[in-house]
Amino acid sequence: MKRSKTMELGVGLFMLAGILGLVFLGLRVSGVTLSAPAESFQLEANFANVGGLRPRARVTMAGVTVGRVEAIELDTEWFDARVTLRLDGELEGQLSRDTTAAILTAGLLGEQYVGLSVGGDPEVLEAGDTITDTQSALVLEELIQQFISNMVSG
Amino acid sequence: MTDVPFVEIEDLHFTFGGREVFRGINMAIPYGRITAIMGPSGTGKTTLLKLIGGQLTPDSGRVLIDGQDVHRLSRKALFELRKRMGMLFQSGALFSDLDVFENVAFPLRVHTDLPEPMIRDLVLLKLQSVGLRGARTLTPAELSGGMARRVALARAVALDPELILYDEPFVGQDPISMGVLVELIRRLSQALELTSIVVSHDIKETLSIADYVYLISDGKVVAEGTPKSLDTHADPRVSQFVHGEPDGPVPFHYPAPDFYSDILDDATASGGHP
Amino acid sequence: MTKGIESLARWGRKGCDASESLGRAGIFLAQSAVAVPSREGLRLWLHQVYFVGVLSLAIVLVSGLFIGMVLALQGYTILVDFGAEQALGQMVALSLLRELAPVVAALLFAGRAGSALTAEIGLMKATEQLTSMEMIGVDPLRRIVAPRLWAGFVSLPILTVGFSVVGIWGGYLVGVEWLGVFEGSYWSNMQASVSFLDDVGNGIIKSLVFALVVTWIAVFQGYDLVPTSEGISRATTRTVVYSSLAVLGLDFVLTVVMFGGLS
Repeated sequence: MKRSKTMELGVGLFMLAGILGLVFLGLRVSGVTLSAPAESFQLEANFANVGGLRPRARVTMAGVTVGRVEAIELDTEWFDARVTLRLDGELEGQLSRDTTAAILTAGLLGEQYVGLSVGGDPEVLEAGDTITDTQSALVLEELIQQFISNMVSG
Repeated sequence: MTDVPFVEIEDLHFTFGGREVFRGINMAIPYGRITAIMGPSGTGKTTLLKLIGGQLTPDSGRVLIDGQDVHRLSRKALFELRKRMGMLFQSGALFSDLDVFENVAFPLRVHTDLPEPMIRDLVLLKLQSVGLRGARTLTPAELSGGMARRVALARAVALDPELILYDEPFVGQDPISMGVLVELIRRLSQALELTSIVVSHDIKETLSIADYVYLISDGKVVAEGTPKSLDTHADPRVSQFVHGEPDGPVPFHYPAPDFYSDILDDATASGGHP
Repeated sequence: MTKGIESLARWGRKGCDASESLGRAGIFLAQSAVAVPSREGLRLWLHQVYFVGVLSLAIVLVSGLFIGMVLALQGYTILVDFGAEQALGQMVALSLLRELAPVVAALLFAGRAGSALTAEIGLMKATEQLTSMEMIGVDPLRRIVAPRLWAGFVSLPILTVGFSVVGIWGGYLVGVEWLGVFEGSYWSNMQASVSFLDDVGNGIIKSLVFALVVTWIAVFQGYDLVPTSEGISRATTRTVVYSSLAVLGLDFVLTVVMFGGLS
């Protein structure tokens, strides 16, 4: 009977360790934050080309992460990419209407992310609005093509 | 004691792995007696017990226990019937993860809702009857073969069954534990009015306790009767078995070609097996 | 000509045998998985979690640590060529969570717990314990097999989580403490690229599938073996071989379904 008690204790600790491990994987490894979902809002932005941008990519402003890419889908009206951004709640009603969104690359081969920069328009973007001033991802092949045609014509 | 058959076997046929083990066996096992089923090794005596216990299903024929056809019962009814049976296995078959006490308590715990003190009393009573009350905290690995079989016997009678099946209870025992087991089987069957079926090829011990004996060979019952009548049986095969003679109608040699020509063959055929 | 027909017949028989044994295994799983839960069953299950899970913890954690450390070392030497050593955390975490933790933990589990289950149940069969239990009127599928099956199903995912955690920590030790990758980028790159549902979640789904398959193979091989000492040793080998192959094969299928290639 005593042996069975230590066994049950061992199993209890084993299960507890499993749950703690899962919590570690959630908080420390996947960066799930428990308070975030309450205070955030969405903006949309249409890009001619998203390149290698993926859902869950970072959205930054002046290098500071302020949100994530929620979804990327094809806009069948204009045939460009509609990107849904989820931003921190404190920015709601703070971004001017002519804010620009650009798809940037971290380092030469790094991941792609969205960079926001604020303009000077007194009117502000509300939740659900669309950012109109966007800059697409740089696609290496297009750059090379441009370079070559400039060389030929020049 | 009456002579009403408790177990009836009617025209039983059974094939296992392409071999005909039984070719029409008939038996009537009376209530409250010790019936022995004997025969040379490999005649399927253990298989017969499994057929009686409902673990194997015959090709044809019936096994009736107290009027119920074992192989026509639903799974639930079969398990219900098995509560009225005990079985002692060749190896004892004690559960290796439980100690002696818990092994004997096992059938009580799964089939009854008795309170713990009552279970304790019953288990100690059963262990006392096989003389192993002092060994209740040992694990099966710490028991000798004879002791394991006695614990298994206590477990088999824990639920006070009406029928008990013994599979080779004397095999591989030293003379003392053999004597103890013979005495126990006799005492238990008398005290509890048990119907007992003993499968064995230990002639002397079995004949000393059996009321009636069936002898099977080649898938058939070759002789039956009281121990005394078998002793003076006319059939030479029966008397060879009962008196334990090495050679006779049941030959010592496995069927083979003539020894002399076999040896010469081997020498001429440039070595190796044919 | 006759030789060809003979070998065809032999293959046909082998095919029949294989599908017959697969059928037996399926019925076996169905019969034992539906065991009615009870207080007694819970206690038996708890004991099996101890034997199957807790006792496998040491080997799984030690292996996880070494694999995480090796990953960081190998990953660093490749990533540093591209000047991308900040992505080390991402690489270590994703390879562990998606592939290495579920697969290696399942392989270790098959070797440590699976073979023990086969041998244990096989020995119970050889010593007639299963038959005698049946004669007492207790179904060994419920009493012996079901608690072991469910214990394996619960234990392996926990072991897999442990493997990942220790592996990521091992990667941190080598990458950050030894090779000098900046600690902040180790964690932040990891957090930016690991999705809890897609990566952690899919890894756990994988390990649930592996747990079921490995424990199923182990208990079935034990239950179905020829009850001799040779039969037990053969069945134990079969458990390790079959479950390793099943884990690696299923891993490919699950990876295609979960992480694309076909999307």
